[in-house]
Amino acid sequence: MPAAPSKYPPPVDPASEFVSEPTESEDERIEVGVAIVGGGPAGLACAIKLMQLLEHEPDLAESLGEVPVAVVEKGKVAGAHLLSGANLRPSAMRELFPDLDPSEWPVFQEVTKDAVYLLTKRRAFPLVPMPPNFRNHGNYVTSIAKLGRFLGEKAEEAGVYLLTETAADKLLVSERIVRGVRSGDKGRGRDGEELANFEPGSDVVAKATVLAEGTQGHLTGAAIDYFGLQGLLPQRWELGVKEVWEVPKPLDRVIHTMGWPLRKRAKHNEFGGSFIYPMGEDKVCIGLVVGLDYTDATFSCHDALQELKTHPFVRGILEGGKRVGWGAKTIPSGGFWSLPRTLSVPGMVIAGDGAGMVNVPELKGIHYAMHAGMYAAEAIVAALKRESVNFDAYDERVRNSVIGEDLYRSRNMRQPFSRGFFVGGAIASLMTITRGAFPGGRWHSHPDADEEMELAGAASRYPKPDNKYVFDKLSSVFASGNATRDDAPNHIRIQRHVPREVAQAWVSMCPAQVYEIPEDQLEGHGAEVDLNITPSNCIQCGAITAKGGRLTPPEGGDGPLYQET
Amino acid sequence: MAGILVYALHDDEGNFNKNSLGAVSEAARLAEELGAEAAVAVAGDVADEACAGLGAYGASKVFRAKAAPEGLAQPLVDVMANVIQDEGFSYALFGGGLLGFEIGAGLTARLNAGVTMEVTEVKVSDGKLVAVRPVLQDSAVVDVGYVGEPGIIIGRLNAFDATERDGGSAEVVDVEVELSDWSTRAKMVTRGEQRGADVNIEDAEILVGGGRGLGEAENFKLAETLAEALGGAVAATRAVVDAGWYPYAAQIGQTGKTVAPKLYLAAGISGAIQHKVGMQNSENILAINKDPNAPIFEFCDLGVVGDLHKIIPKLTEAVKAKKGG
Amino acid sequence: MKICCLVKEVPDAAVQKRIDPNTKRIDRSGEKNLNPFDTHGIEAAMQIREGGDAEVAEIVAVTMGPESAVRALHKAVALGADRSVHLTDGSLEDSDVCATGYALARTLASEEPDLVLLGQQSDDGECYTIGAVVADHLKMPSLTQVIKIDVGDGKLTCERQAEYGYDTVEVELPAVISVGDAINEPRYPSLKAIMGAKKKPLETQSIGDVGIEADRVGAEGKRTEVLAINPPPEKEAGEIIEDEDTNETVEKIVAWLDERKLL
Repeated sequence: MPAAPSKYPPPVDPASEFVSEPTESEDERIEVGVAIVGGGPAGLACAIKLMQLLEHEPDLAESLGEVPVAVVEKGKVAGAHLLSGANLRPSAMRELFPDLDPSEWPVFQEVTKDAVYLLTKRRAFPLVPMPPNFRNHGNYVTSIAKLGRFLGEKAEEAGVYLLTETAADKLLVSERIVRGVRSGDKGRGRDGEELANFEPGSDVVAKATVLAEGTQGHLTGAAIDYFGLQGLLPQRWELGVKEVWEVPKPLDRVIHTMGWPLRKRAKHNEFGGSFIYPMGEDKVCIGLVVGLDYTDATFSCHDALQELKTHPFVRGILEGGKRVGWGAKTIPSGGFWSLPRTLSVPGMVIAGDGAGMVNVPELKGIHYAMHAGMYAAEAIVAALKRESVNFDAYDERVRNSVIGEDLYRSRNMRQPFSRGFFVGGAIASLMTITRGAFPGGRWHSHPDADEEMELAGAASRYPKPDNKYVFDKLSSVFASGNATRDDAPNHIRIQRHVPREVAQAWVSMCPAQVYEIPEDQLEGHGAEVDLNITPSNCIQCGAITAKGGRLTPPEGGDGPLYQET
Repeated sequence: MAGILVYALHDDEGNFNKNSLGAVSEAARLAEELGAEAAVAVAGDVADEACAGLGAYGASKVFRAKAAPEGLAQPLVDVMANVIQDEGFSYALFGGGLLGFEIGAGLTARLNAGVTMEVTEVKVSDGKLVAVRPVLQDSAVVDVGYVGEPGIIIGRLNAFDATERDGGSAEVVDVEVELSDWSTRAKMVTRGEQRGADVNIEDAEILVGGGRGLGEAENFKLAETLAEALGGAVAATRAVVDAGWYPYAAQIGQTGKTVAPKLYLAAGISGAIQHKVGMQNSENILAINKDPNAPIFEFCDLGVVGDLHKIIPKLTEAVKAKKGG
Repeated sequence: MKICCLVKEVPDAAVQKRIDPNTKRIDRSGEKNLNPFDTHGIEAAMQIREGGDAEVAEIVAVTMGPESAVRALHKAVALGADRSVHLTDGSLEDSDVCATGYALARTLASEEPDLVLLGQQSDDGECYTIGAVVADHLKMPSLTQVIKIDVGDGKLTCERQAEYGYDTVEVELPAVISVGDAINEPRYPSLKAIMGAKKKPLETQSIGDVGIEADRVGAEGKRTEVLAINPPPEKEAGEIIEDEDTNETVEKIVAWLDERKLL
């Protein structure tokens, strides 16, 4: 029987569990000027911009105390949890580092050639002329994991406190003004008990708090609930699984593909495509991105990517190569209508992917995140100078910037694809050409978790691992650098006793093999099953939050250690 | 003379350690190739007969320092540094084990000598010794040569086999060595205390690893009785530890312990990479699993495709019978 | 009592380590971290300080390494050290165990510690030897791979597992002790400690500052030479048998075990 995951909501209440008053006494708490949650492009661009602005505002800098800007990052380093395509539009780098030559940017190369192919099972047809949204000339291929490290170094050089291996667990709010965040506890056992080396988290109290958590932000989700910031349409997500390969021959172009191995029948609702980018002379990356509103419970993005690599066209690129990296991440794809109602509340702003600042048809978001971070810095400095915690200027700035304009133009792009690939593709092309005027209006959209899932056979095609080109999930998790402590508490909230279809959807969807249906219930005919979960496999991609569960941050430092994703 | 001086460790009864005997055999083999002699340094009042008996493993001479206490490294650094300098040895060789690491390290400092540890093989090249050492969790093997003399070579546990050759008895030479002041400032209180209760799986020579294929927690009994019959200990995969079938202390793998026993018997273990990295350096891997596609069959030495519930009880009986008879 | 903790910056455990075929040294381009074994050394120092059997005046973290090694020192300080010393000098590059032990000993000598603590091995080099090398240079008694330390009057009582079982050894101070990971469970640094780490004194020393002779370190001073790097020997493909007749299968297994002297 088809079943929708949203009928089995996770045992969680973000607004009450993850939002609290500051609890520590003034001696115990840590006071900083601006607290930024997330060491990604948005958070670090914000931090760097703040330091740049504070150089010209000595009085304000003085008033912010010993630690004017602190970035709280749950990964081992800035970049450890970052994964993206990525083609970087250079505007934000130029703005943030006006004196830095592009040769000093953490990029592989400028894009000079690109191509889009429509794949069938055995063949690849180039799309000529190329749909305009795929043009990448003048952009730069980068690794966002490396970009994160680069920005982290720049931020520290500028005097930012970059607090890695630190999760932001709770949003501190009093009198409906955001006062900072509380960092997560460390050293708890499986049942939440305090181990011998237990170290409690701390209240980090700030004059301004920036939520730059990226996709499926933990506190962003709590803040949206608490302050009622939901957008006009619910947010939607896509899941991307990506690998980095060392290859014997260089790739000369940026490639996108559509079609196979995703199925084109409308009822499967498999919307997505792949990207294959050169990374210098000896590496390429390949990824597959699929909207999480698909309906086949046995569909697995990881395995579909493995299948893609068996295609002769793709195999030709990877031939003789070696996989050196793997990871997965969700991408917010709701676009304009899904942006939070407002991006600022007293004491706090939201920037980057966490707010949904992604242009899906153009597969761009990094430069929006960085721009948003910089706008946030400007608005915060301006407000704090007036001793105000009203950062509404930021919201306005974003909406009137390239971010708001681009997202508005592609505002209805995502929705038509739920009618099947070809219908959707035709409408989307018209939208691009008419700059969004066609078909106009606001399309209906519902949360990914509302899709009724059924067992519809996608899995039957997936190739068996050969450990050369095709890999299983567990060896892939290993390649992500994930070495999470096994006896840590479970950080994934789901219902454990659910219909087989829902359980299977989670099992198949998760690229990290976190969920398993017990062996003795695999064959049975029971309508409901009891899921086993292995939270230490989790690479924090966020898919479970989109599809009926809720990810919370595990202990700081846990999760993957992405190098070049 | 490019001789090799070996340290031979012994217990309180004067029985030499088998890793030391292996080192003596290895030194004798290398000395023959070099056209030099292999000699042994011994601490404490070991009987003449026992010392002379090292000749059977190829030692020509045994330097015995009766006054030096056995069991602590630093007095032996004094003894061996003296002998090496007085007699002109070109190499010092140690069998695997804690004391060899410490004495070798001390000699490195004392004689400004090059040292290689965890050595699995020693080669002769142009009249010199080259030590072969696996590095980075055995993902690569490096050949290490020495600049100047002496060179210090510390073996990995069980790297060198003790083999008796037809050598006669070794000449026993008593040496008087004045111990350094700091060598006497550590004193053995008790040596070789047995604490049987807490078996450390990292030290076990035989491990029976249990995985999900055991089916349920109660079936760890199968692994335990087999381990007992083999004289080993029981280890586990993350999956079964997660499931609460076995304690975390027994977990092998990326987030557990790393082991390299002589025998790793994998019972119902699929062999995912997270487990493999914890046990892949085991000398012999025997896998029993009903799934012929299990990755463990790609890196085991003997793979048995079958039902462990049928095989293990019979195997346990057969091992007992073999050992008893 | 003054305790010096030797620490080392190593590639993070999650990073696929490899040897750079050109330099014949470990490729250190990826993520680095404080050697996990050394965190047990720092924790041991903290437990001595907190245990009350000895008055610990100061805990000093000491490292040798490139500029980036400062991060390892920050971590060490966040874990409890009061200040740190960074020996860094271009001429130290490519030092082997012999040269490294000498250079560290010179640096430690200038601190005149009562106790030197370090992890029994580094995550990358896995040499297990630095403690004993340093001790001989410092003319101090030493013990490695220690899993228990009790502090007495001017001495330590240490336990460790050696060839024949557990040894208990009394070591007079000053001494050099390397510890195994079984000795304690290192604490997590508090956020406050992490933020404060950068403000604690960090002294940078060059070889001249601590009296290191240049020809005894680095490429010039090393006494070993990597001649070749090879992939590990290919393991022979294993034998696979299908269990058709269990008695026969068991016979085969027993014969296989017997052949390898495993019974």
